[in-house]
Amino acid sequence: MALDRWIALIFVLFCCIYGYAAFFTMDQLLPPFMQRNPVWPSTFPKVLAVAGIIVGMIVLLGVEKNITDADESPSATEINYRRLGDYKIGQALMLLALMVLYALMLRPAGFLISTTVFLIAGSAILGERKFFIMIPVAALATGFVWYLVQEVLGIFLRPFPFFMGM
Amino acid sequence: MLEGIMIGLDAAFSVQNILMVVFGCLIGTFIGMLPGLGPMSIIAIMIPVAITLGDPAAALILLAGVYYGAIFGGSTSSILLNAPGVAGTVATSFDGYPMARKGQAGKALTIAAVCSFAGGTIGAILLMIFAPALSSVALLFHSAEYFGLMVVGLSAIAAFAGTGQVFKALMMTLLGLILATVGEGALFNMPRFTMGMMDLQSGISFITLAMAMFALPEALFLVLNPARGASNAEDGSNKITNLRFSRAEGRAMLPVIGRQSIQGFFIGVLPGAGATIASFLGYAVERNLATAEEQKEFGKGSIKGLAAPETANNAACTGSFVPLLTLGIPGSGTTAILLGALIALNVTPGPRLMTDTPEIFWAVIISMFIGNLVLLVLNLPLIPYIAKILSIPRNYLIPFILFFTLMGAYIGQNNATELLILVGFGVAATILRFADYPLAPLLIGFILGTMLEDNFSRSMQLYRGLGFILERPMTLGLLILAAFLVLLPSFRAYRARKRAEGVADGD
Repeated sequence: MALDRWIALIFVLFCCIYGYAAFFTMDQLLPPFMQRNPVWPSTFPKVLAVAGIIVGMIVLLGVEKNITDADESPSATEINYRRLGDYKIGQALMLLALMVLYALMLRPAGFLISTTVFLIAGSAILGERKFFIMIPVAALATGFVWYLVQEVLGIFLRPFPFFMGM
Repeated sequence: MLEGIMIGLDAAFSVQNILMVVFGCLIGTFIGMLPGLGPMSIIAIMIPVAITLGDPAAALILLAGVYYGAIFGGSTSSILLNAPGVAGTVATSFDGYPMARKGQAGKALTIAAVCSFAGGTIGAILLMIFAPALSSVALLFHSAEYFGLMVVGLSAIAAFAGTGQVFKALMMTLLGLILATVGEGALFNMPRFTMGMMDLQSGISFITLAMAMFALPEALFLVLNPARGASNAEDGSNKITNLRFSRAEGRAMLPVIGRQSIQGFFIGVLPGAGATIASFLGYAVERNLATAEEQKEFGKGSIKGLAAPETANNAACTGSFVPLLTLGIPGSGTTAILLGALIALNVTPGPRLMTDTPEIFWAVIISMFIGNLVLLVLNLPLIPYIAKILSIPRNYLIPFILFFTLMGAYIGQNNATELLILVGFGVAATILRFADYPLAPLLIGFILGTMLEDNFSRSMQLYRGLGFILERPMTLGLLILAAFLVLLPSFRAYRARKRAEGVADGD
């Protein structure tokens, strides 16, 4: 089964859970005066769940044939999961992990340190070894963005780690 | 209308707003040139900046400037690198890149800029004529009609998704609508589907979703497949020398510009069609209209072949503002993001926009003229220098793209959980892209979701049930049209398949 149909399967299951929540659990919380309304908070989700299951099944069962898929071979610049083995998945996964780490460290470590580290580590993951260029570039860019956001846009970004009091 | 134009001139010609247009166009060109970052990603990244401006007119002018700049930047990378950053400029590379290979990169860029200017300007004139007329009709609409209209819009977006993609697009639209129900609905003040998480109480932030759907997958694709960004960068074709084109060439382009700006505009008005279809269709139409001799040139560096998609896609971009400004219904991913930004600024686009806040409406239209002019006069001479950005090594570029994506999501909410949501949705979006699911319908569904439910619920309350569908003939008509739009492509594909099978049997 092709990837798109697996996704359709997951979507149908998701709609079932969503529909279950809409049909069976949401209305119990509804105060009595709202129950006399013709439309409930769960009405629209119910419609969506049913429509989602129908459309998901159509995609899952392949009722609508994908004509373009078979006769076109993927070009080098196009993205195709069948060529996943040729791609640099390791780098992508490491960058994603780095983003998660950044999200977790942004508050405790402060904007300046976490961003500089993020930019340096990001380029290191991609294979950059000229740290004498990358470190100053990252530090300068971080400082510039912080100044822009903090002073020009007026949005507070905690610059330093938590123990430094700001 | 004259009065409106005066209001618009007054608003758009403030020093701040002119700076916004210039700045927006420059930033847009700059980032739009980067392979893989289309207007949607750029506008999503710029939204926090626009929102902190506080002034809706200035914000919209800035974002519109970014939009034009990004399209122009996209054409530049199509012409110089054969690496279109946006689907709307793919047709540009058909003839633009061969011209660059022949050493006429400068001329190709000028033609692109002039055609973009002409397409955008004629589009803006048509917008000035049609938007007020449409919005006076739209004032007669009730919530039932709005509900119908939005359903038509959403199904049209799915219907134009292409062969074999209609139900996939529909599925993504529904997913967007489902995601929009998370959080407290406007009508009920009751948390829904938050799974007890405080961070979901106010719903999913649309900036985060927009970043996750467009910017993050594109950046990840650049990591996964280095060939995607850097195709043919070394062959020296991006030497830009002579920017001029001859008078005869200009005369050859004129009818193309005239036809394509009108055709492109009307294609752009249709929801879901947008710049991509306009540019491909423009290319095809002009190839058919050309003389046999000229036809041979198409694909090898024809001036007409470059002028057609460039004019059409800019006219279509302008056209896509018509449903946004008059009905409050976005027809494309980009206008959906603009709609989200407007809502964040407490402006509700729709037929009342023209009467309630005419300065915003007209300032945007006037800024389109200024934006196009800025692109032609300021950006074009700068192109040889801006093109240097294409030589930034990806090792530096990608961490910065990722960082700006993260920042965009963080600044809007000041909440680090948002970043985790961004990464999660980004991974999901990447997988969806791998499986050929279109993501723009998801975002449009998400942004329209709240409005769709509001109008649906209001009609249900007014008519005490589903009776509004039958009692308001226009709503019924619109819903039938929507069903027709969704089913027609499948029906035609089915018939084509049957016919093909019949032929095979006959052999």
